Amino acid sequence: MDILEFSSLVFVGSLLAGFLGAATGLGGGVVIVPMLAVGFGVDIRYAMGASLVSVIATSSAAASAYVREGFSNIRVGMFLEIGTTIGAVTGAAIATSISPSYIAVIFGLVLIYSSYQSVFSRRQDDSTSDKPDKIATRLKMNSQYPTPEGMKKYYVHQVPGGFGIMYLAGVLSGLLGIGSGALKVIAMDQVMRLPFKVSTTTSNFMIGVTAAASAGVFLNRGYVDPGLAMPVMLGVLIGSLAGAHFLFGATTKVLRIVFAVVIFGLAIEMLYKGFRGGF
Amino acid sequence: MDADKKLISDEKMDLIIGNILRVAVIISALFVIVGAAIYLWHHGMEMPKYGVFSGIPRGLSNLNEIIADAWHVKSLGIIQLGLLILLFTPVARVAYSVFAFLVQRDYMYVVFTLIVLTVLLLSIMGIVI
Repeated sequence: MDILEFSSLVFVGSLLAGFLGAATGLGGGVVIVPMLAVGFGVDIRYAMGASLVSVIATSSAAASAYVREGFSNIRVGMFLEIGTTIGAVTGAAIATSISPSYIAVIFGLVLIYSSYQSVFSRRQDDSTSDKPDKIATRLKMNSQYPTPEGMKKYYVHQVPGGFGIMYLAGVLSGLLGIGSGALKVIAMDQVMRLPFKVSTTTSNFMIGVTAAASAGVFLNRGYVDPGLAMPVMLGVLIGSLAGAHFLFGATTKVLRIVFAVVIFGLAIEMLYKGFRGGF
Repeated sequence: MDADKKLISDEKMDLIIGNILRVAVIISALFVIVGAAIYLWHHGMEMPKYGVFSGIPRGLSNLNEIIADAWHVKSLGIIQLGLLILLFTPVARVAYSVFAFLVQRDYMYVVFTLIVLTVLLLSIMGIVI
């Protein structure tokens, strides 16, 4: 297989991953790394570098579309970014000093959890009748968001807990070369109790900034190979832009199950290769 | 209350950032596409070697080198320049937020945003670790 064939196949794979990731709202990065590492025999470090680049592209390209809807909470996002960026640098530092086999095993476990979550994620009802939280109010985080019945006010809760999970999300992002959007949504939706739509759009805003923090470290360590990053970035970018238009279809549930099966399969491969020391 | 006013300026600010980012991503993608075309034209028939990690940044390592490579129409330099533009989109977003919070006189958030910006810049300049 020469570079032309290799790049074309990686491009098609990234296109599919980007499409599935955007259509299901789970992000494509989590599929890209195992796809390259297991499917194409790419060293996991190059795979992580290419994946992070594509995560930044997706986040930045979608920003204006999400912002126009008026959902994202920039204050919550900015404050939590302190946690995710420091976490990302921590994660990237760990990634550059441990054996790639450990990374593969951790990746496999995260994939299994993601696959479980993509099928069974519960969508919490927006509890807006409760009392404001002291810290969140001090930090001016309470805001409102558009609903079919007009603007609706919401209160933010559990800032320290959310911040802690965000640090962890940052570590995983830097350690595995993913956006860890799913974990960010959990922190905001289930811990800080932001409305679901606000959580997902704010998460998208944060993913790019987090990924840039780890990408800086990866770039300096030679993880970002332009020849490999090229088809991945273009594929994921085009795929996710197409997938974003797909978001509100009834087929989302089917896609989520497809996604979960794909991720689970990749998880088993990653664990097998990781334990066997194949990286 | 000034809550409504705050919300409107937040929205406007977000929109401006969003549009800047989109244009930057398009420019970055154009660089990558042009670089990719030249790269595949010259090297398309060679064998890929991504299975072995060399740890040596290929066609990058420092900004001057990347720009020089891109200027001399070296394919990997052009791709790398596109990727650098992309890497700076989140940085631009955070930098713009510093400015926007400053305009709103929200000094608490100016500090928060500056912390994020500092971490980003240290990481990209290779100073952190």
